[in-house]
This record gives sequence, C-alpha cells and structure tokens, in this order.
Amino acid sequence: MSLLDSLVRTARRRSPWLFHLNAGSCNGCDIELVACLTPRYDVEQLGIRLEASPRHADIIVVSGPVTRTTLEALQTVYAQVPDPKVVVALGSCPASCNMFAGSPTVVGPLDRIIPVDVYVPGCPPRPDAIVAGIADAVAILCGDVPRPEPTHVPVVADACATGGLS
Amino acid sequence: MTVVRGLISLLVFPGALFALPAGWFMMWLQRKINARAQGRIGPPFFQPFFDFVKLLAKEPVVRPRLQGFLMTVLPLAAVASTLGAIALLPVFPKAGGFSGDLVLLVSLIEVGPLCAVLGGFVSRSLYGGIGASREAVLTLAYNVPFLIALFALVASAGSFSLAGVALAAAWPVRVLALIALVACIPVKLHLNPFSAASAEQEIYAGSTTEYDGPRLALWELAHALEWVALTGLVASLAFPVADAAWPVRVVVFVAVSVALVVVLSFAAASTARLKLAQTARWFLLCGSGIALSALVVAFVRL
Repeated sequence: MSLLDSLVRTARRRSPWLFHLNAGSCNGCDIELVACLTPRYDVEQLGIRLEASPRHADIIVVSGPVTRTTLEALQTVYAQVPDPKVVVALGSCPASCNMFAGSPTVVGPLDRIIPVDVYVPGCPPRPDAIVAGIADAVAILCGDVPRPEPTHVPVVADACATGGLS
Repeated sequence: MTVVRGLISLLVFPGALFALPAGWFMMWLQRKINARAQGRIGPPFFQPFFDFVKLLAKEPVVRPRLQGFLMTVLPLAAVASTLGAIALLPVFPKAGGFSGDLVLLVSLIEVGPLCAVLGGFVSRSLYGGIGASREAVLTLAYNVPFLIALFALVASAGSFSLAGVALAAAWPVRVLALIALVACIPVKLHLNPFSAASAEQEIYAGSTTEYDGPRLALWELAHALEWVALTGLVASLAFPVADAAWPVRVVVFVAVSVALVVVLSFAAASTARLKLAQTARWFLLCGSGIALSALVVAFVRL
C-alpha cells in the first residue's frame, strides 16, 4: 500500500462527518445522537462532526421506520452524499420498524430502501452504543473492515440513481 | 520588491509554506478553545489537516459542466487571492513593498467573500442562495468600518504602502483603528457573534451547502488562509518591530497572530449569534463610530 493510500485511510478514519436524517423517528434516537456531542461523550475528540449538509457527509445516520412522507427525502439525501459513504441505522425503527411494523404509512425497514452497513439497535440506543456503531461505520469507511453483504436487495433502488436536486 | 523576494514571500514566508500549517493550526486552536470553553476535550491536533485530506479524497459529485467549472474556479480564486494577500503582509517592514500595496491587499482580501457570495448563488441551492445574500449584506456592512479604519491609518501615516503605515501611523489612531479592524474579523471568519452568514442551525452550511469533496476542501483551505491573512494584517500593523533582527520579527508576528486567534475564539465561544439586521446595524453604528473617531483623531493630529 502506498504512502498516499495510507494517508487517505488515516484521514478517513480520523475525520468522519455525519449527516443525521430523521425518517419518521419519534425524536428519542435523535436526542441520544445529539447527546454524543455533549461534554460527557464529546465525539469531536474522534474527529466526528455533525454536518448540516449531506454533500459534506461521510456517514448517513438514519433514525425512524421510514414513513411514506420521508421516503423521497431519504432517497434524495442518500444520492446526494458523495462516495465513499456508509449508512448507519440508528435505533430499532430502521432495523425492524419496531412498534410501527405493519402500519400503512410506514414503508420501512430501512434496508428495503437503501443498503445499510451498520445497525445500532435500541429504543433508543445509549450514546455509547451509538459511538460504538459510528466506530464500526468508520472501520468500513476507511476499508479496515469489508462492507457487509446487503441483507435485502433494495426494492426502490432505481430512484436512488437519479440523484436528487441539481 | 524583486521577483525572488516576491516569490519567497508568496511561497515560503509568510506565504504557502508558512500559511498552510498556520491556518490549520489556527482552525484547530479555535475549535479546541471552543470545546474547552464548553467543558469538552475537543478535536485532536491534526484534525483540520485530516479533514482537508479526507475531503480531497472524496469522489466529486457529477455536475453540469459550466456549474462544475464555476464551483471549482470560485474557491480556487478565493484560495489564490487570499494567498496573495498573505504574501503582501509587511512582516519585515523594511523589506520593500510598493506604494499602494495596501489597496491591493484590501482588494485581495475582499475577493474571498466575493467568491463565497458568487459560489453560493452558482450552486443553485436555496440555502446556498440565502447564505450568499447574507454574506453580501454583511460584506457591505463591515466594509464601512474596515475601510474607514484603514483610511484613518493611511491618513495618519501619509502613505498608501503597508510598510509605511505599519511604521509611521500615530499610536492613538492606530489603537482605535485596530479595534475597528479586529471587530470586523469575526464576520469574515464566520465566528460568533457575527456568524449569521453560515448559521448552521438556520440555513445549513450557508453558501457552501452544495459543495462536496475536493470543492469543499478548497473552501476549507481558503478559510484557513483567511485566518492567517486577517490576524496577520492586524499583527503586522500592531507591532512593527522594525529595528529587531528578522527572527524576532517573525516570532512577534506569529505570537500576536496566535494571541488574536485566542481572543477571537474566546469571544466566539462566549457570545451568541446576532441576527443579520442586528449585525449590520452594529457595524454601521458602533463599528463605524470607532473607525470614524480614529479618522477624526488622524486629521486633528495632521
């Protein structure tokens, strides 16, 4: 491995920027994610930043069971994040739809729509579990760990390829 | 200024070779001070460098050809002009410069915000447009005290060259003018309390919302260089140690720049963001008041 490659891998390991997308979450997981930024957990030590724009992000953190109204936004945002990117499913909702399973307004779970790399289960997960999940995502991002095989083939993958805004 | 000397000040000191690490260091210091003031540990030392490398290594989003071209050229122009402004800084007051280089420096410093405004509109993002228009309004507002303060220094020194201003400006004028100049720096660097142009809780990332990967890396680079250019401008005007040997001058220049970063970072960490109209009003009334008093003092002394 050349010096440049190892520099890029180190940079990816040391500077993961997150974009948080609420796909119909009850706000519980969202608050726990924000708790990771507080003095007690302080993920900025690990170079993690919560970015405002998906264009800046490396890791997409999705919470919520994916409702009908957020489906299009989810696909747009996924397409807007430049490669390489990793998807983290935050909480039980994107993993299994949780208590919203079977609802006519829910189109999840998340891995039916976009490929998911890391699951952080819990309702809501503790901030240390979230930090551990982001660490797993970073390992996938910089190539230390191979990307897991998708459990489902995303059923609405075609819409992801159109690229969203501009 | 000979060609060799110009190239050295552009590429070595205070240009690229010094300004890049210094800019990253200043960005790290600001984030670290912000974190410590909030009771956090804060980012590791090499964080801005790793951010930059990571952004460069990301795959750029495919865009329409003209838009992609503009979105690459505008941050590049910001980087180049800010680097040129740094090269003009009179770290060595006797080293030369030319009559009128103050005008060139001010225009080069202004190219960065102008590119940010254009870049926000070119990206065709709603939030980019809002950020760009805020940036434009603030640029108009803070330039009133900024230019009046510089004009007061020029009037006091009787010279349009940076080295001349740094050596000859009278101290009462200089202190008042520098206060006005320092108050303008947080707007250019998007720091609290004047950070309305990149208010991430309101308008996402402002004018850089649509910029990705290498293009965003160029903006980050321009931002790092702006830190060096603006703190360096104040440092070289505040402490022109003309008689000392060159290592002393370099140390004084760097020390004053870093001290200014610390002051600005603490001010940013301990204040909340003002609204756009409040910021503009502050600069047109308070900031301009300080700068105008400097101008009055300069003319009275003449």
